[in-house]
Amino acid sequence: MFNQWESEWVQYITPEGEITPTGEKVWDEKSTEEKLRFYRWMTFIRLFDRKMVVLQRQGRIGTYAPLEGQEAAQVGSALALKQEDWVFPSYRDHGVAMIVGMPLTQIILYWAGRVEGCKPPEGVRIMPPAVPIATQIPHAVGAAWGSKLRKENSVAVAYFGDGATSEGDFHEACNFAGVFQLPAILFCQNNGYAISVPFTRQSASKTVAQKASAYNFPGICVDGNDVLAVFEVMKQAVERARQGEGPTLIEAVTYRKGAHTTADDATRYRPFDEVEEWINKRDPLIRYITLLKNEGLLTEQEERDWEENAKQKIEQAVKEAEAIPPKPSTHLFAHVYAKLPPALEKQKEELLKKEGTYHA
Amino acid sequence: MPRLTMVQAIRDALCVALRTDPHVLVLGEDVGKNGGVFRATEGLWEEFGDNRVIDTPLSEAGIVGTSIGLAVSGFKPVAEIQFLSFIYPGFEQVVAHCARLRTRTQSAFPNSLVIRAPYGGGIRAPELHCDSTESLFVHIPGLKVVTPSTPSDAKGLLLAAIQDPDPVIYLEPMKLYRSVKEEVPEGWYEVPIGEAKKVREGEDVTLIAWGAMVPIAVQAADAWIKEGVTCDIIDLRSLYPLDEETIVESVKKTGRVIIVHEAPKTAGLGAEIAAFIQEEAFLYLEAPVARVTGYDVPVPMFALEDAFRPDIHRISRAIHQVISY
Ligand SMILES: Cc1ncc(C[n+]2csc(CCOP(=O)(O)OP(=O)(O)O)c2C)c(N)n1
Repeated sequence: MFNQWESEWVQYITPEGEITPTGEKVWDEKSTEEKLRFYRWMTFIRLFDRKMVVLQRQGRIGTYAPLEGQEAAQVGSALALKQEDWVFPSYRDHGVAMIVGMPLTQIILYWAGRVEGCKPPEGVRIMPPAVPIATQIPHAVGAAWGSKLRKENSVAVAYFGDGATSEGDFHEACNFAGVFQLPAILFCQNNGYAISVPFTRQSASKTVAQKASAYNFPGICVDGNDVLAVFEVMKQAVERARQGEGPTLIEAVTYRKGAHTTADDATRYRPFDEVEEWINKRDPLIRYITLLKNEGLLTEQEERDWEENAKQKIEQAVKEAEAIPPKPSTHLFAHVYAKLPPALEKQKEELLKKEGTYHA
Repeated sequence: MPRLTMVQAIRDALCVALRTDPHVLVLGEDVGKNGGVFRATEGLWEEFGDNRVIDTPLSEAGIVGTSIGLAVSGFKPVAEIQFLSFIYPGFEQVVAHCARLRTRTQSAFPNSLVIRAPYGGGIRAPELHCDSTESLFVHIPGLKVVTPSTPSDAKGLLLAAIQDPDPVIYLEPMKLYRSVKEEVPEGWYEVPIGEAKKVREGEDVTLIAWGAMVPIAVQAADAWIKEGVTCDIIDLRSLYPLDEETIVESVKKTGRVIIVHEAPKTAGLGAEIAAFIQEEAFLYLEAPVARVTGYDVPVPMFALEDAFRPDIHRISRAIHQVISY
């Protein structure tokens, strides 16, 4: 199922953890610190993701969308962004969110069904996860437009899945981005499935990337489990955008190792062999760790230390999130309008009365 | 008779329809191999094949739009929208075409199609999955809108919807998908669209509800029996057309009415029903028609959903209010 991509994609690190001939120069130019940063984030995000699945099983958060397997796509792309750039994520992009500055506690609150978790800290330009598929893509294009009109240097990124490319919103956003030559990056994590529906049922196109040609901007296919290639492709797209050269569609070919959400059973629709192949042979983290170790940049001890450190931070964040007092019922009315209309004030009072309930 | 949950009864209805009528098609996101995210189409793809139980691309405009084309060409599509909250890309197709196709073609072509969609809260679902937007559809002339509150009504209403010559929006309260099992008749039977159901006979107050609010209305009413107050409880089942007769008859008997819905208050279906009641039974009213509804705020994420959804306490307060008016 990978042939159509492998003939075209950018790949710098093979699934076996070897640098490809085209990747050598890119790899050599990276500092050790940069190389380790990829590893640290990918590991951190995987551990966070696994913790969230456990929290869901324990009933401490609600339904959760795991991202395991997509770490390289998220880390590589998000690390190519700057503080002033805009991010419009989907519900599976917690890795991206963390990297651009969304506190873990917020992400945990969000999945615990608490609206407070949607709010980014001051200065972090990320929107809450978009739940209706593809709807965030035009927003990113709009934010890119704003940046262009204001002659700012920032770019805007929309994160979405392969399924999203079937919605009108995706195509309409591409069209605007192309027509107005906007500094937007449309970043598709093609994980092969939209819930149960394989990409072959999503589109008769060979790739997502090729769709960009209809809108007359570059569409680039990259091995989404190769963090180095994703980073480079994203960096180039960001540079193009900053220089006023317009949008790019990036297709990062990846795989979600787990179910669509904690409410889904992926064994119903994915062949066992395929899943095994992705988990055992194509994992983004394993290949990168192999590479680092072969290069003498990471020892077993350092690996254990980093995992330990990450786990502690995650546990701490869970503790903090769970200690944040729940909002009162009247919070329903907070932030609905800048100023609450009188009719809503009345409803709010009515809700308060309910607290002193009348029992028959 | 087999004992089924609502979601099993819906599946059974689809199965019976697919077996009985070769023109029936089931299409939507994840309805095929996966059997639907709520398992409402479980096993149908295996039994009826890829040409009759169809996994579509992720596109509500595509699903509704092609269903219209299929209907015009003589098929009876039963389209699933995975959650009602995600129908909006297809809303234009519903409003601008589906609802008025009969008028615009002067009945030249068939237009028999069903759009099924889970809706409503109470199951700790993720953000934005839980809206109750039935009134958006009730407001559109040309559509019929139904919603069951029991497994056997679910099956009979769905078969009636499939049999109906006009487009029907069939809303499935997620909260009730698996909450009870009951005996559901086998084979084809229909619950007529446009007929409400009396869930309880009472003398003092009329409670009007639908979908997931019905069992809550029943609980609230039961709590008042020991106080000597009995409620006539109407499960509308059909939101358009309304069973005007059943409503008026009950109001004339009790003179006191409470409408319960999960959707926000403003321009909710309760407003329409209240207006209708004062038109038809004004002189019988002993108290203003009361509404117990969701608040006029975006349906909250699940941490606050219990505060948003009408509960027995709010209904109880309303009962107290109308009887002591
Ligand atoms: C407009 C809309 N339709 C349907 C859904 C239900 N739904 C949630 S996720 C999903 C699949 C999305 O697949 P994809 O875009 O490939 O992203 P992935 O989940 O694989 O990351 C569907 C159909 C939705 N959220 N929004």
